[in-house]
Amino acid sequence: MRKHLLPFSFKYGALLFIGLVILFFSLYNQYFFTYSNLTDILRSISIVTFVAIGVTISLLVDGFDLSVSATVSLSTVITASLMVWYEMPLVVVLIVPIAVGALIGLINSLLIVKIRIPDLLATLSVMYLVNGIHKNYTAGYSVYSHMPMPDGSTAPGEMSKAFLWIGQGKLLGIPFPVVLMVVAVAAVHVFFKYTRWGRQMIMTGGNEEAARLSGVKVKKIRMYAYVASGIFASIGGILFASRIGSGQIDAGAPMLMESVAAVFVGYSVFAAGRPNIIGTFFGAILMGVLVNGLTMMNVKYYQTDIVKGLVLIVALAVTFIHLNRRKA
Amino acid sequence: MLGNQPVSELNMSKISKSFAGVPALKGVDFNVRGGEIHALLGANGAGKSTLMKILSGAYETDEGNIEAGGVSHAFRSPSDSKAAGIHCVYQEVDTSLVAHLTVSENIFLDNLASPKGKAWLSWGKLHDEASAVLERLGLHISPRTLVRDLTLSEKQLVLIARLSAQKAKFVILDEPTAPLSLEETEKLFGIMQGLKSDGIGVIFISHRLPEVLRISDRITVMRDGERVLTVRKEEIDSQGIVKAMLGRSFEEEFPKLQADIGKPVLTVARLEAGKRVRGVDLEVRQGEIVAVVGLVGAGKTELSRALFGADPIDRGTVAVNGKSAKLASPAEAVRAGIALVPEERRKEGIFVRESVLHNLSVPVLRAISRLGILSGKRERELANRQISDLGIKTSSATQQTAFLSGGNQQKVAIGKWLETDADVFVFDEPTKGVDVGAKRDIFRIIGTLAQQGKGILYLTCEFDEALGLADRILVMCDGSIVKSFNRGEATHEDLLKFASAVREELA
Repeated sequence: MRKHLLPFSFKYGALLFIGLVILFFSLYNQYFFTYSNLTDILRSISIVTFVAIGVTISLLVDGFDLSVSATVSLSTVITASLMVWYEMPLVVVLIVPIAVGALIGLINSLLIVKIRIPDLLATLSVMYLVNGIHKNYTAGYSVYSHMPMPDGSTAPGEMSKAFLWIGQGKLLGIPFPVVLMVVAVAAVHVFFKYTRWGRQMIMTGGNEEAARLSGVKVKKIRMYAYVASGIFASIGGILFASRIGSGQIDAGAPMLMESVAAVFVGYSVFAAGRPNIIGTFFGAILMGVLVNGLTMMNVKYYQTDIVKGLVLIVALAVTFIHLNRRKA
Repeated sequence: MLGNQPVSELNMSKISKSFAGVPALKGVDFNVRGGEIHALLGANGAGKSTLMKILSGAYETDEGNIEAGGVSHAFRSPSDSKAAGIHCVYQEVDTSLVAHLTVSENIFLDNLASPKGKAWLSWGKLHDEASAVLERLGLHISPRTLVRDLTLSEKQLVLIARLSAQKAKFVILDEPTAPLSLEETEKLFGIMQGLKSDGIGVIFISHRLPEVLRISDRITVMRDGERVLTVRKEEIDSQGIVKAMLGRSFEEEFPKLQADIGKPVLTVARLEAGKRVRGVDLEVRQGEIVAVVGLVGAGKTELSRALFGADPIDRGTVAVNGKSAKLASPAEAVRAGIALVPEERRKEGIFVRESVLHNLSVPVLRAISRLGILSGKRERELANRQISDLGIKTSSATQQTAFLSGGNQQKVAIGKWLETDADVFVFDEPTKGVDVGAKRDIFRIIGTLAQQGKGILYLTCEFDEALGLADRILVMCDGSIVKSFNRGEATHEDLLKFASAVREELA
């Protein structure tokens, strides 16, 4: 019995823990387990989840993309400015920031794959660069409808209704960002489980030299991973602009750590011990549930960080104790 | 510097050591005197390095006694052995040096790192002392040079300067000449003579018999974990050494399958790559097993990597089926029809954290997918076919590869190529760390591939395998093919002679 109980608790421990946390908050506060609050939680994590998907992909090829937060910020102000300053149609408003995200991914992979700067250092530098660019672009101001321009005039455009619906609207009673998030999680999960390129990414992350000696074009694979990471971060930025209704400076700043935390909690889901999309999704849910529930308990926002840190430590400790013991 | 002191002596007696129940050393006696150069010889796996690791404190001995300068020692760590005046210069010099520090700092690294060292560093004094050491050894390197800017041979010499500064009494040089040019080797020999006249006992490990016979005073030969003989240099010649290293004749049966030999599939001309592949010509035909034998460091692994596009090729041409192949990356080599089973199995051949299923499908993902979507059914069929054909012992296809035995991991590393359209299979030491049963399976798999008309290039330092398996044997030494034998033409002794560069003597 014990023999089966222990692996079981390692494998499903994380999910069980999420269940217990939800149960606890539900009993504590009657408003917690309501449809509107639960959809609220999901909507609150949707943007971070997109960023976290990108981080997961970079970690899966044994890299690390620190530049995602800067990409979110840049993407947010570009999206808003395209509407407010240039009155561009919706298609352009959506495509340009994604292209910029892809470009940042390309720059990252150029530095990492071609010039061979270690991942952390390369993406840290790019993080500073992109952060600087996004502040320069707006001269340090946030971008909002009919904002005053430096020359004294008023910006011609405004955030379009259709665009705002992406972040604020509902589809069949479900917030649209939640729909997007679930679709993205499912699609990326399928990509890694059932496609050739996904498999090549996993193998490259598992052992780059063995993958190369198996005929996998590891440089290209790593490049694709960083481009994907940039694209997911930029989608996060678009959602952010749409949710807030403006282009806030430094919008993405807190998102790097939030998304990395979700990814690492995800390591413990199903005792995978490595980055995986489903784990990342549950990690983001756990973090969202904690913030929401603790806020309802009137815990101060700066105290929730302590709880988040402890949860992360426990999740990782349990996972790695388990994995190291299995290795021994 | 020790010239006036009485001659010290190092005695290892009845040294035994087992790894996981397998004896590596069986009661070995070994004696070195101060002021002599003592060569330690033996085929790969004879136990030389284990013995030296015990002497340098890297391993603890199971039984036996070590005595240096009349005092009995129990070495538990390399620092114990250094305290007794025994120092080792390993082949991988970079692991013992700090690349971004100066020559001086590297020479006095142990003093600087010692808790008893001075708190403040006098740079002027440090460099002066280093110059003195370098000058005494006759080395013309500035003590202020950064070690990363030195050549490999200069790094070796810095290590020798270090142990000389530490007043070493016995020095182990583990194959120091393998990566050196002739000129550099001469310089090293000069310094070894200097150490000798300082009264230091030098233990010299080398595979090159001519230089062993030239520089050493005494020679000890080991085989299968035992000391076979210790003689003065004058009492033996290279033939005698080879015979002692091999011992009685190795008659082992190899399952040799008959295959029809057809037209050439792999043609290599004047291939040069890096420092270890210096102009290789060879040809492999359909159904033919060509073995390339050589000692460790002859350039076999480098040759296999160059042929597979894993390392850049500097000059020369490679053609597969008569078509010139561009080998800028392994992906291109695979497309050209070359498959490699690399030497470092766990690092390069398989993905230990992945399942057997995923390991076997890596090179053929395109073939088992449509529009990029993998067919789980075809992947499982492929894996199950390989598992039963090759006799891979695994609980299931989804078993993590880390849990398989070495031999079964090797079968996975081979099996992943069998469904590709490769015409040439390159095997680099495929039986390394593989048990006897799995070895036979691997030989059978290779024989079957030859029967299917594939060309096999088999690189090995196990001469018996080449003699038993190959249709042709090429001997590689110092980066080029020095001799070719047809099946049945060569003996073990012939191979070792040519591989040890005794050819100058024969000519």
